[in-house]
Amino acid sequence: MDVVFKALADRSRRRLLDRLRMDSGQTLGELCRRMGMSRQAVSKHLSLLERANLVATFWRGREKLHYLNPVPINDIAERWIGQYERGRLRLLGDFKRNLEGASDG
Amino acid sequence: MAESRFVYVTYIRTTPAKLWKALTDPEFTRQYWVGTHQECQWKKGAAWKLMIPDGRVADSGEVLEIKPPKRLVLSWRNEFTGLRAEGFSRCTYEIEKQGKNVKLTITHEMDKPNSMFIGAVSNGWPMVLSSLKSLLETGESLDGTRKWPKNL
Repeated sequence: MDVVFKALADRSRRRLLDRLRMDSGQTLGELCRRMGMSRQAVSKHLSLLERANLVATFWRGREKLHYLNPVPINDIAERWIGQYERGRLRLLGDFKRNLEGASDG
Repeated sequence: MAESRFVYVTYIRTTPAKLWKALTDPEFTRQYWVGTHQECQWKKGAAWKLMIPDGRVADSGEVLEIKPPKRLVLSWRNEFTGLRAEGFSRCTYEIEKQGKNVKLTITHEMDKPNSMFIGAVSNGWPMVLSSLKSLLETGESLDGTRKWPKNL
């Protein structure tokens, strides 16, 4: 799990995951354009995310498509949050978002 | 994008044979896949059904490819909601031994853009797979995944 937290402890990588959440199945080129970052930088972030299993890939012909893999984050939620508290925490989360507006933490 | 696709990967401390059994055996699936089980002869061309505990059919399809304990491809259509109208999707399970772990990759896809069915399964799979991992590694599945949800 260390590798998941390390992968998430970076603003650019969280933005990459947000991009994939909005539109899963993008190529490196598409992600570079939308992130406004160099190919090398995005590629380095993606490989770290892939090692942490937060990004899964699929080859369509010669194109490598990147998908958000929500399984490790779900494992974390299951381990520390549990089933019963979730409803209440979601309400608190919504409340906090309404007060603060949507922004990256 | 001409198709809709989600890809899920999980690493489980188990063997390919045990994982294969956990994916196909009703006694296992009921514990981590919200009480459901599959009805299938598990051979190429066989009909496949995912059964809700009350006897309704959740999803149905056919075995397109099968190679235990490595690869399974199913055609997969929703049956119990309006998403049935979207027709058949395709679900591929790939099992790969990696040292002491097994890598399970599930690719669920449909040959049309913005499929609502693929959107719907994308909420279910992470929960089911986290519970499957927990069951195989600790002997216990996760709390919220043992029963079919009420009112569904």
